[in-house]
Amino acid sequence: MAARIGVLALQGDFAEHIKAFEEIDCTVEAVKTPEAVLSCDALVIPGGESTTIGKLCERFGVGEAILQLHANGGAIWGTCAGMILLAKEIEGNDTQWRLGLMDMAVRRNAFGRQVESFEADLQVIGLDRPTRGVFIRAPFVTRVWGDAQAICTFRDKIVAVRQGKLLATAFHPELTDDRCMQHLFRRMIEE
Amino acid sequence: MSDEVQISTWKTKVGLAEMLRGGVIMDVTSVEQAKIAEDAGAVAVMALERVPADIRAEGGVARMADLRIIEAIMDAVTIPVMAKARIGHFAEAQVLEAIGVDFIDESEVLTPADEKYHIWKHDFKVPFVCGCTCLAEALRRIGEGAAMIRTKGEAGSGNIVEATRHMRAVIQGIEELKGLRDDELMTKAKEMGAPFELVRQVAREGKLPVPNFSAGGIATPADAALMMQLGAEAIFVGSGIFKSEDPEARARAIVHACTYYNDPHEVAKACRGLEGAAMPGIDVRSLPEEERLATRGW
Repeated sequence: MAARIGVLALQGDFAEHIKAFEEIDCTVEAVKTPEAVLSCDALVIPGGESTTIGKLCERFGVGEAILQLHANGGAIWGTCAGMILLAKEIEGNDTQWRLGLMDMAVRRNAFGRQVESFEADLQVIGLDRPTRGVFIRAPFVTRVWGDAQAICTFRDKIVAVRQGKLLATAFHPELTDDRCMQHLFRRMIEE
Repeated sequence: MSDEVQISTWKTKVGLAEMLRGGVIMDVTSVEQAKIAEDAGAVAVMALERVPADIRAEGGVARMADLRIIEAIMDAVTIPVMAKARIGHFAEAQVLEAIGVDFIDESEVLTPADEKYHIWKHDFKVPFVCGCTCLAEALRRIGEGAAMIRTKGEAGSGNIVEATRHMRAVIQGIEELKGLRDDELMTKAKEMGAPFELVRQVAREGKLPVPNFSAGGIATPADAALMMQLGAEAIFVGSGIFKSEDPEARARAIVHACTYYNDPHEVAKACRGLEGAAMPGIDVRSLPEEERLATRGW
């Protein structure tokens, strides 16, 4: 049976993620309650505002459901805000709510404000060709440890990390026409 | 693989608008209010000197806000900060871009600087949002480079009636285009006074090429749920929060209702969280034509 992928739809660009997975014939749906999260085999945490998504996760019990999904062996992919929420450490911020599942430290808005947002080609370990990275008020990873592995850098900054069934990207593959990262995540789910 | 880096592309501008979807953008006039908004779960704040209800009450010329207020708010919160420029006032917009605001609202709430021309927004690195009352107006603004569209509604009125009118007009306009043949679209574009290529794109895709938000009159959690169910992808709350009796509780309640807009039980829970009265409202029919903000711009 095909894996059911949930896209966390509390806030952010969840519609683009859903469309991207539909294009490669995945079973995918928007989820925003604890029950809906737990009915999925894997979860995508979209781009958006990490403080907002974090507060909503905490307030409505969705965060606990995501931790449970992870404990059950479900794969999770966070893009941009999702990357921040997956990190154990957020630089200079001990209070912001997070899932804290990945052995990495992130810096928010690390490339600057919106007017510095950019696009560039990236080489990701595990992909056979470069892919386009769209960075919007994006974070980068300042440090990884333990089982976390940096799988992509841009100008010496870590912008994608993998740790077992967890994947985090600072950029937005869902905003491009290239579906290679969606295929990579699907392979992770099936492993 | 190219080493070239492209800064501030159409994709990064529309992309930021996409990131704000499903959220609430709140008008704030101080650092204290900005922090209340951020704590309540706002996805962005609009930094202003006066909220629309006060601009309406005080009259006179409303201009871009004092930069000290905007910069203090930018320093105080981590969520995106927006600011308003007058319609057609591209120099105000240049200043806002120079200080690094994340989004500019070319807004009818301020006194227009130009009665004939809007800002040519493609020239800027910072993305713009513009108000509209119908699909044709939305497409004219997108043609000029707006990366986000919002209904104008009637700002500072606390009355949702104009926002619903404008949102329905946009959605109905899109539905109408979807039924037309290619050879009918040129005539339709001429009648609408909208750019042909955008008319054709909307007819083909069945949606606007940029996110479609709602603003102008939202004062309660149920107002937020109404606009989201009518097709808004996120909402702006101007005077509705800090002109109410319970800003903190109301900000949280409106975020709650916006998140779970399609579940009436959740919207009811959000309503129960309120602690005071909504802002006073105005019957828009009682407003003389010259006091209506939605008629500014074209």
